[in-house]
Amino acid sequence: MIQFHNVFKRYPGGHEALADVTLQLGNGQMAFLTGHSGAGKSTLLKLISLIERPTRGQVLLDGVNIGNLSRRRIPYMRRKIGVIFQDHRLLFDRTVYDNVALPLIIAGYRHQEIGKRVRAALDKVGLLKKERVYPITLSGGEQQRIGIARAVVNKPPLLLADEPTGNLDPVLSLEIMQLFEEFNQVGVSVLIATHDLERIANMPYGVFNLRDGRLISNTVPAQEDSDHVA
Amino acid sequence: MSPDKPHKRGGRRMDRPPAHSRFKAYFVHHLRSLIASLGNLYRHPFSNLMTILVIGIALALPAGLYLALDNARSISSNWDGATQISLFTKLTTSNEQAREMADRIRLYAEIGQVSVLTREQSRDEFQKLAGYGEALDALKENPLPAVLIITPTDAHAHPDAARRLIQKLQQLPQTDIVQLDLEWVKRLFAIMDIAQRSILVVASLLAMAVLLVVGNTIRLDIQNRRDEIIITKQIGGTDAFIRRPFLYNGFWYGLFGGLIALLLVGSSVAWLRGPVENLSLLYQSGYSLRSLDLRSTATLLLIGTALGLGGSWLSVGRHLKELEPR
Repeated sequence: MIQFHNVFKRYPGGHEALADVTLQLGNGQMAFLTGHSGAGKSTLLKLISLIERPTRGQVLLDGVNIGNLSRRRIPYMRRKIGVIFQDHRLLFDRTVYDNVALPLIIAGYRHQEIGKRVRAALDKVGLLKKERVYPITLSGGEQQRIGIARAVVNKPPLLLADEPTGNLDPVLSLEIMQLFEEFNQVGVSVLIATHDLERIANMPYGVFNLRDGRLISNTVPAQEDSDHVA
Repeated sequence: MSPDKPHKRGGRRMDRPPAHSRFKAYFVHHLRSLIASLGNLYRHPFSNLMTILVIGIALALPAGLYLALDNARSISSNWDGATQISLFTKLTTSNEQAREMADRIRLYAEIGQVSVLTREQSRDEFQKLAGYGEALDALKENPLPAVLIITPTDAHAHPDAARRLIQKLQQLPQTDIVQLDLEWVKRLFAIMDIAQRSILVVASLLAMAVLLVVGNTIRLDIQNRRDEIIITKQIGGTDAFIRRPFLYNGFWYGLFGGLIALLLVGSSVAWLRGPVENLSLLYQSGYSLRSLDLRSTATLLLIGTALGLGGSWLSVGRHLKELEPR
């Protein structure tokens, strides 16, 4: 699903956020990305979700080198990725329903289909009853789950999450992690950036550990030849 | 797991809506954007009205100037068509001889019309001019000759052809002087050419102003909806999708601005029509002020709309570029 080959990312001003990172996440795999703040976790996620481009090296998504993807093709590539942000990034002038429906509207689904899928996604995160309310009235945990519903509503093959449990209490964090596991069980590749090492210690998933932009340990089992077909 | 299967599954999961659905969704989104942008105008009537008025005034100015030029041209076109040659006979020529001469000239192929001003008529006409009446009365004899007013056919109204005709007329034995009233028409046209170019310059500058006004207004709108744009882009919205609502905003600004401009020009014409008709009556001309015709109206609205769309396009385009991955 994701392949990094000797990837460097240097920001204007000389700061090297990623240095010589090579890693691989296979189809249907779930893994964590850890490291202290500033280690390059967010940068790595930004490279995958095409917010930034690598300075050197190759980033492959589904076999496609996305480092030099043309501007026109970027939106379509992004639709393959569900991104969950720490700050949720919901639109507060729209209802929960409209927030979750946005990816489907963009993709051009029919009205009835949108309704069906939005309700399925909201049901999955346990917020079906809240579809008519505005996100501002919801708690942090609920907002995060709306963000997750929005990320999965168009059934992308890859989920990226940047500190999804950062602001949540332990019980809520556990619930959110369980949600990710459920998505993974139906075949979605999941990559979660977190610094919550305690939480993931007992989970049976591989970990990419970054320090100062370098990958210092990698316990993600390599999946042979996972995607050479675009 | 075989290497292929998860990929296939991934492929199936990421299903796209069928083409007809996407096609329909495209139009639905257009319709939505159209209605939403109208709603946006309605929700902020004051600031939007200001924008629209500025656009309207900026469009009305060149439109008004154009109309003024158009009117000037329509007055002068009557003069242009009637290139007139005045043939002054010698003083020894009687009215009778002048009439005979007119009959002869009438047979020329170049001639459209000939009318004769007898010596008495010349005198009467001259007398009407202020100040000369008494001077003429003091003279015992009529000092004015009979005059033939000659209008060439359209084909011979051009300066060169008219000049050849004049030479021919000059050679007639009873001719004293032949005069062509063309020079001032040529000058007038030269002046109007300059006026037209000046209007073009003013119009281009004001068009640029409209572009900037729309661009700036849309820019503020973009700033207010920045989060929405970033999020939409992040979850796979194409530039066209993001641009659409803003383009409709620009579209409405331009269209309503154009309508305001029409209103301004129309009411100005209505306001001026009375005095102009008065003036033209004083000149014994049935001239009536022309307003914008259907074609000019359509052009004005089209230009307004195009500028609205253009300003919006530039503004959103600049912003979208900033959000591209680096």
